[in-house]
Amino acid sequence: MSEFLLEIDHLSKAFGALRATDDVTLAIRKGETHALIGPNGAGKTTLVGQLTGELKPDAGRISFDGRDITALSTARRARLGLARSFQITSIFDSFTAQGNVALAVQATEPHSFRFWQPAERIAKLRQPARRLLDDVGLARLGDRVASRMSHGQHRQLELGMALATRPLMLLLDEPMAGLGIEESRAMSALLASVKGRYTILLIEHDMDVVFSLADRISVLVGGRIIASGSADEIRNHPGVRVAYLGEEDDEAQC
Amino acid sequence: MTLLGRRGILLLLLLAAAIVLPPYFGTYYTRFATQIAIYGMAALSIDLLLGYTGLITFGQAALFGVGAYAAGMLTVYGVTEAFVVWPCAVAVSMLVALGIGALSLRTRGFQFIMVTLAFAQMTYYFAQSLRNWGGDDGFTVPQRDHLGPLSLADHTTFYYVVLVLLVLVAALAHRIVRSQFGMVIRGIRDNERRVAAIGFPPYPYKLVVFVIAGGIAGLAGALMANHAKFVSPATMSWQLSGELLAMVILGSANSLIGPILGAAFFLAFRDVLSDFTEHWMLFFGPLLVARVLLVKDGIWGMLLRAAGVADRPDEPKVDYPEAVERIADPEPGASR
Repeated sequence: MSEFLLEIDHLSKAFGALRATDDVTLAIRKGETHALIGPNGAGKTTLVGQLTGELKPDAGRISFDGRDITALSTARRARLGLARSFQITSIFDSFTAQGNVALAVQATEPHSFRFWQPAERIAKLRQPARRLLDDVGLARLGDRVASRMSHGQHRQLELGMALATRPLMLLLDEPMAGLGIEESRAMSALLASVKGRYTILLIEHDMDVVFSLADRISVLVGGRIIASGSADEIRNHPGVRVAYLGEEDDEAQC
Repeated sequence: MTLLGRRGILLLLLLAAAIVLPPYFGTYYTRFATQIAIYGMAALSIDLLLGYTGLITFGQAALFGVGAYAAGMLTVYGVTEAFVVWPCAVAVSMLVALGIGALSLRTRGFQFIMVTLAFAQMTYYFAQSLRNWGGDDGFTVPQRDHLGPLSLADHTTFYYVVLVLLVLVAALAHRIVRSQFGMVIRGIRDNERRVAAIGFPPYPYKLVVFVIAGGIAGLAGALMANHAKFVSPATMSWQLSGELLAMVILGSANSLIGPILGAAFFLAFRDVLSDFTEHWMLFFGPLLVARVLLVKDGIWGMLLRAAGVADRPDEPKVDYPEAVERIADPEPGASR
């Protein structure tokens, strides 16, 4: 068995003349928390789109858990254990918090062509959903309709839904996006509690979170991985300083 | 009181009115109520797609018409046992829905509306081309079917049979939308991308609900063939598809009961107004626009509010300050 859970092999994707993903090769070890950083427009979202199957790469190969998933649908990848959270909150607005998580739990069953039993009365959906809500700090908000929850609560719910699918790997697309100071603190504590239990690919702008959580960091600039290594290696990498960290002052307001 | 809740009492009152009133007022109103129940059933099938799956179909009348043709033809051929004819009509409609759905559900949004309309028009012209079956004029059905030993020739008997079927269909649909399958299709309505991301391929779920809705529309069509003892391509027209959609919107989508109330309102409105003018649409159009622009919810929603039932639990709630924020800054922290 390979030591790597996710292997990205010479992946390329262009939109017209823009090479959003340019020959990216990257491997994520089992159990590690790997952060992917890069300035705005570096191609992080495009890369995530290809990993989840929403975008088709022009060239290259993605394998997950020893299996080529390049041609698989989003749903198939999720069922193999590749769970994601969305950068822009993506939940079921009319469902309760518990309903959101319960539907994600339901996705672990082979199929949901079950037409008779009311879903809310099924204990094997309800109980794990309650436990997961508790894990992500939403225990008291189970009956709250999702559209009535705050942005920070939505981020927690996103994570709860990702965990509910019993994944091998979490693909977290900017879990801290748009959070206030208090909410950020809660979310980074939450991420720290998840770290180690799952293999994580973390895309994040918040450098404090990245440097404190990540075992390894890769830097994406202009669609290319320009550096990959431990936090210290990245901090001191000359190319990274020029391409990314050095520009931080200019980008602070973005 | 607490056992049923106000919503339950409201439903019981409506059902009681449907049982008692039409026969009390005589044959004309019994026939009228039968028509309402039939169109209500067809509109309910649209609600499964529109209100619960977020699919706007403009071709549901095609499946209604297929059910009507199947039932009418069988009866002409001398098969008059409803236990045979109606299930056959439902099966044929479901089969046609499977074909239409399999192709049209590969598209989305506006395209989906147009593709369902195109398939409905194809079905319409196919029916029109059936020379042996009257072409554009359609054909008369010699008699109503009989349900086992029960003759349906009597208008009151037939009305009650239709009413029982409507209640059964509504109860079945109610059960389905709360089931695990129901949660998946409602998830698709809210956020199809998220449904795929947690591991449900949306397509087969959409196809199954499309086929179920097609079967319900087909049953309504079969009942219509019995009711009017006449079947023509008009049962498949895009106008009827539009009217059914209008019934759902008037009555409250995403409620199952709303479309039935919408059908009652629509047909009553047309009936009353067409006594005065043939241009009744001139009055109906603005009414529909007013409903969409001015009223948050349809008839059922208004009834619920009048009865003091606070919120429909399944209705998406918009928190205005937050919604404004989201419009101002649609992608907080977006990187690309």
